[in-house]
Amino acid sequence: MSTEYEAVIGLEIHVQLSTRTKMFCGCELSFGDEPNVHTCPVCLALPGVLPVPNEKAVQYALQIGAALGCELSPVSTFDRKNYFYPDNPKAYQITQATYPFAVNGRLGEVRIHHAHLEEDAAKTIHTGGGGRISGSDASEVDFNRGGTPLVEIVTEPDLRSGAQVREWGQLLRATIRQLGVSDVNMEEGSLRCDANISVRPVGSDELGTKTELKNMNSFRFIERGIEAEVTRQKEVIAAGGEVEQETLHFDPSTGELHSLRSKEEAHDYRYLPEPDLVPVVPSPETLEMAKSSLPELPAARARRYEEIGVSGQAALLLSFEVEWAEYFEGVLEAGTGIDPRVAANWVTGELAAELRRQDDRPLAESKVGPAALATLINMVAEKKISHGSGKSVLEEMVSSGAEPESVVAEQGLEQISDSGELERIVIQAIEDNPKPAEQVRSGNEKAIGALVGAVMKATQGRADGGEVNRLLRQHLGL
Amino acid sequence: MADMQLLAASGAETAAQIAAGEVSADEVLDFWLSRAANDRLNGYLWKSGPESAREGGAPGGPLSGVPIAIKDIFCTEGVPTTAASRILGGYVPPYTATSVSKTAAAGMPMLGKTNMDEFAMGSSNENSAYGACLNPWDTERVPGGSSGGSAAVVAGGLAPWALGTDTGGSIRQPAGFCGIVGLKPTYGAISRYGMIAFASSLDQCGPLTRNVTDAALLLEVLQGRDEMDTTSVGIEGGIKAPTAERLDGMTFGVPRGLIGEGIEAGVLARFEDTLIRIAELGGEIVDIELPHAGHAISAYYVLAPAEASTNLSRYDGVRYGLRSSDEDLLSMYELTREEGFGPEVKRRIMLGTYALSSGYYDAYYGRAQKVRTRIVEDFDSAFAKVDFVVTPTSPTVAFRLGEKTADPWTMYLSDVFTVPISLAGIPAISIPAGLAEPDGGGPELPVGFQIAAPAFSEQKLIEASHALEQAIGFDGSAALEGGAR
Amino acid sequence: MIEREQVLHVARLSRLRLSDEEVDTLTGELSSVLDHVDKLAEVDIEGVEPTSHVLPLENVLRTDEPRPSLEREVALSQAPDPHDGAFRVPSPQAEA
Ligand SMILES: [Mg+2]
Ligand SMILES: [Zn+2]
Repeated sequence: MSTEYEAVIGLEIHVQLSTRTKMFCGCELSFGDEPNVHTCPVCLALPGVLPVPNEKAVQYALQIGAALGCELSPVSTFDRKNYFYPDNPKAYQITQATYPFAVNGRLGEVRIHHAHLEEDAAKTIHTGGGGRISGSDASEVDFNRGGTPLVEIVTEPDLRSGAQVREWGQLLRATIRQLGVSDVNMEEGSLRCDANISVRPVGSDELGTKTELKNMNSFRFIERGIEAEVTRQKEVIAAGGEVEQETLHFDPSTGELHSLRSKEEAHDYRYLPEPDLVPVVPSPETLEMAKSSLPELPAARARRYEEIGVSGQAALLLSFEVEWAEYFEGVLEAGTGIDPRVAANWVTGELAAELRRQDDRPLAESKVGPAALATLINMVAEKKISHGSGKSVLEEMVSSGAEPESVVAEQGLEQISDSGELERIVIQAIEDNPKPAEQVRSGNEKAIGALVGAVMKATQGRADGGEVNRLLRQHLGL
Repeated sequence: MADMQLLAASGAETAAQIAAGEVSADEVLDFWLSRAANDRLNGYLWKSGPESAREGGAPGGPLSGVPIAIKDIFCTEGVPTTAASRILGGYVPPYTATSVSKTAAAGMPMLGKTNMDEFAMGSSNENSAYGACLNPWDTERVPGGSSGGSAAVVAGGLAPWALGTDTGGSIRQPAGFCGIVGLKPTYGAISRYGMIAFASSLDQCGPLTRNVTDAALLLEVLQGRDEMDTTSVGIEGGIKAPTAERLDGMTFGVPRGLIGEGIEAGVLARFEDTLIRIAELGGEIVDIELPHAGHAISAYYVLAPAEASTNLSRYDGVRYGLRSSDEDLLSMYELTREEGFGPEVKRRIMLGTYALSSGYYDAYYGRAQKVRTRIVEDFDSAFAKVDFVVTPTSPTVAFRLGEKTADPWTMYLSDVFTVPISLAGIPAISIPAGLAEPDGGGPELPVGFQIAAPAFSEQKLIEASHALEQAIGFDGSAALEGGAR
Repeated sequence: MIEREQVLHVARLSRLRLSDEEVDTLTGELSSVLDHVDKLAEVDIEGVEPTSHVLPLENVLRTDEPRPSLEREVALSQAPDPHDGAFRVPSPQAEA
């Protein structure tokens, strides 16, 4: 019997904080400006300069730590991480290696090893070598981004698949977005994710040799990249080989993995305590503030929604986006006695789909308020209109902003509640469609669909499906 | 006013003469600029022109009009700043160090930038990429280092006073070798912003002056919390000019265990003379133990190079300074740094990198930090018993150029008395204790006497030094004229 | 003691392309310095906390207020190879 292998995945996530200024100097943060217009002696690492930490960045970091359920360290300190690269002007990055500000957390099913504060690197753009003496290739360095405050979140290797990483990553992003401390935008680089991936026999406690998958700019790509790498590692092992420690890049356009660095160039970062900075010791008030100012976070909200009957998938969707959650709660508030499960399905299903269909409109620009949607949901629930009519009413509401009652009245969608009238239409349908009627009578119950369709067509969808079915069966002698 | 009077006047005296209208600030500046222009000690790496020097000093302060020489480790906007390294040849910073801004704000024109050991690494000034600086008492001898240029120009009559930096003795040792006063304040008393870093947890700015009063006046200008340096706190209450004439009730601890081997007879004799002076002034001499101070040099030569190795990594040819190759990234780094740094700097970068590298951290850096703790504790227990700890500043008088360059450790040992104090972060001053013949004979040379005090007790330290200085009555005039051609 | 190979490794980490002669000299010098430094092993450091700061300071922070940045011309004025408003460097992949 061949051994089954499972993937073991841990994440390192870099979150750019949305402070006004950089981590250690007063330069403003910017995105998309001309190169090198936000630099100063400190972030250019000129001789003689010293770092001064940004109070706001420390505060934001503590909020993230609290939101991830971490223990917030009573004392945290900064260290130097040494490596030469043009985007790293001091040739050391100021980070927290030994005493990070937050440890031992958990978000959803994933444990957080720790979170630490550090500074971002500058941007290096590869260019041709035109004009240079040697004529060889060159890079250009832009220090605008250099020194942006970052929180790096390091998880335990608790994830098992690319899909799980994508889902959990979305939860993390939603959680941080709600704190208002970062844009968490993967395309703009304010959220970056590296994955450490290894495989091991199912049931084993040991960790195999891991590879590091670098910096992909969407959770979809991360999912695909991880799946590709897990498959590759399993194949290497199946072929009797050994996984080598390396850093990889996933190219989403080709689906291929490329090696960036191999282990012979492995770094020796020569960490040492940063002698230019003194420890951060958050006061009890600061710690209390970080914890008590937390809004209801996605994971907690999802749990609460599930408890009131919302289906797991809808609960997750609603809780990730705070404005959708607020909208949903508005619907519940406006519609007395409304079933949360049904309301959630309307919000995350029909409404979301209709907004997408109509110019991909964001919820904030929706012409349908929670109260109007609640009215519509109630009309369906009370069988005043059919579910199918409800959808077409919603379409009109989304496009014109009309109230549901007036749409129903204008389009004459009021459900046929007079059972005498419905019965006449049913009898007429059986007469007009002798073939399926005969098939049903002779035992092929599936054929009843054609008759239901005929009734719906005749009533323009205003009939209650259950009632139509009952009457058909009665008149067909079932 | 006669040139001889200007030359002989201390900073405080010159300030008083200007304030009294006996001499104009312009006259004073012209005199010192012409002295500096005739520098025969290689004390200056850059000299101000009359215009730029005048611009530098804002009028109106108590020390207004008294020019100052600045060690070339301090960044000065628009003025070349090299730290005596080839890698910063021609570098012109776009900002000014806090200490230099403060002297300028106090009305002190900058005379020029003084020579030093490259990146402050050295005890002889022979490690300058721009040539050794010479001792005004004997131009075949070193002025000490790393603030050798600052010490030489003050002692040799090329500046009334100067700024230096001290990491393991770089103010005190050259002050001792040149027969002037050098004060290393408590770590944190003065901002380090704009001072090119050597070893961040040890570097401290301080004055090199003709006498203790001048040191006090400059310290008052320099000290203070700076928002650009999170490790700066200033000195509570500030610093006043000293007035003490006696040492009654004060106790002076002598760590006899440290003052043993390798010390020159003449140095020891002047040290013992000075202890007698202290007793004559009413002070009490007490033997003390600093059980771990003997390990200070070893700890220092792990900690300082380790910090230096990372502080000097920024000299990479990307944003400023020398770039030696354009071929590929690795060559740019390796050739720029290979050509840009001198031998002592490379030695320390290598030593520090090794001490921090994977597998060696605990054995070297980690252990040295713990030994540092032991040394801090030694001084804490000493100061529970005595007011001051005294030693010779250096085990020898100024040595000959080239005498100690063959073996690095021999050179390192010239800081045996200054380094323990640096590791403890406490203030210490070197005052001239007289002249002594070097071992092996030759003309007499200055001997420094070092007094250390608890953290932030600079005022007390200055008062005691002043009383002692008056009693010693050292005469440095023999060197004063010798600095200029 | 330090071996020649270690000296070469440390030189690589330090980004110093030492000449053969320098490697030899440094192997000797660093070995002799390390022999002295190794005496630190004689000090009893059992239970001793490391000192990286002599000052008992904490929480020295800056408010999140912007300060003026440098003019770009000034920022680039000392650059060995400024280009299009950026600091140009040879590429890591470039052929030597
Ligand atoms: Mg990181
Ligand atoms: Zn900046």
